[in-house]
Amino acid sequence: MSRAVPSKHALNIIDRPIARNKLDIPTVSLSAFAYLFSELISYAMDRAASITELEDRLDRVGYDVGCRMLELLSYREKATRRKPEILDMLKHIHSAAWPYMFGKTADDLQQANAADDEYMISDNDLLLGRFISIPKSYSSFVPGSLVAGIVRGMLDSAGFPARVSAHFVEQPSSSKPTTTILIKFDASVMQRQAALDAAKRG
Amino acid sequence: MSVVVPGGVLTFVIVGQQDHPIYEVDLTGPKEQQTQYLHQFVLHASLDAVDEAMWSSKELHLKTVDRFNNLFVTAYVTPGNARFLLLHDGKSDDAIRGFFTEVQELYLRIMLNPFHTASTRITSKPFDQKVKMLAKRMLG
Repeated sequence: MSRAVPSKHALNIIDRPIARNKLDIPTVSLSAFAYLFSELISYAMDRAASITELEDRLDRVGYDVGCRMLELLSYREKATRRKPEILDMLKHIHSAAWPYMFGKTADDLQQANAADDEYMISDNDLLLGRFISIPKSYSSFVPGSLVAGIVRGMLDSAGFPARVSAHFVEQPSSSKPTTTILIKFDASVMQRQAALDAAKRG
Repeated sequence: MSVVVPGGVLTFVIVGQQDHPIYEVDLTGPKEQQTQYLHQFVLHASLDAVDEAMWSSKELHLKTVDRFNNLFVTAYVTPGNARFLLLHDGKSDDAIRGFFTEVQELYLRIMLNPFHTASTRITSKPFDQKVKMLAKRMLG
């Protein structure tokens, strides 16, 4: 009598396989995800009293995703080094996390002119918002708040607490606005970074 | 079934983000209360040393970060800033590194559980069993 191998879902979470190979990573169809996302937004909308609360709820969902994604991505890349520096971490989000989620790197990574603890990651055509149409009454809502939550989760679990928000920036050249994720690091992060830089130089 | 490891002192702790232990296991079988408290104390005290080493190095494995009499504390930090601490008395560094890497895989799987946050204690029995098995196999 042959003993059937238990299906993946019957296994304890400890025993489940996690694909390490780039080719084995399971992907989800965009339409399935868009459907899930639209349901998520209407679920949050029912329970939120204002647009900021709606964005907050999406942000919290993204936060949990971000915490886990950081560990998973590092594992998949077989990373043997961590990234204790701000710039390294941001570059990792820009060029490794973005392709993992959306299939292309983020379009831009800038440091704000006014303050040196503010950074911006921009995406010209956020995959998330492609099927979201925003009515006039919700004109200040940015679907990118989910992505802002993901970024906040990744930064927070890596030890860089920050305030992350998503904004639309109108572009003169195209009809679609660019989604910009604004990251403002806490003072403790900047102090630590300054101490590290000083130690390296001196 | 308890296996008595001759002359080995081994306590393994996973410390979460808020600096509290989310998993501790005594890998050499039951000990008396005094030594247990001592081990916990030494591990806790070494957290400061781990924090220092954590931010100035890009490595995952931090080797031995602290000493207390003849006890060594070796640390390993995951990319998500969870710290693995092992209290031992002179095991080989490579064996410990291998052990930590394997535990990181198990830890990752636990973390992927959506009901598990960075500060919940790990109470899963299979995790416990696997860690003990790994310790027996790799740390002797």
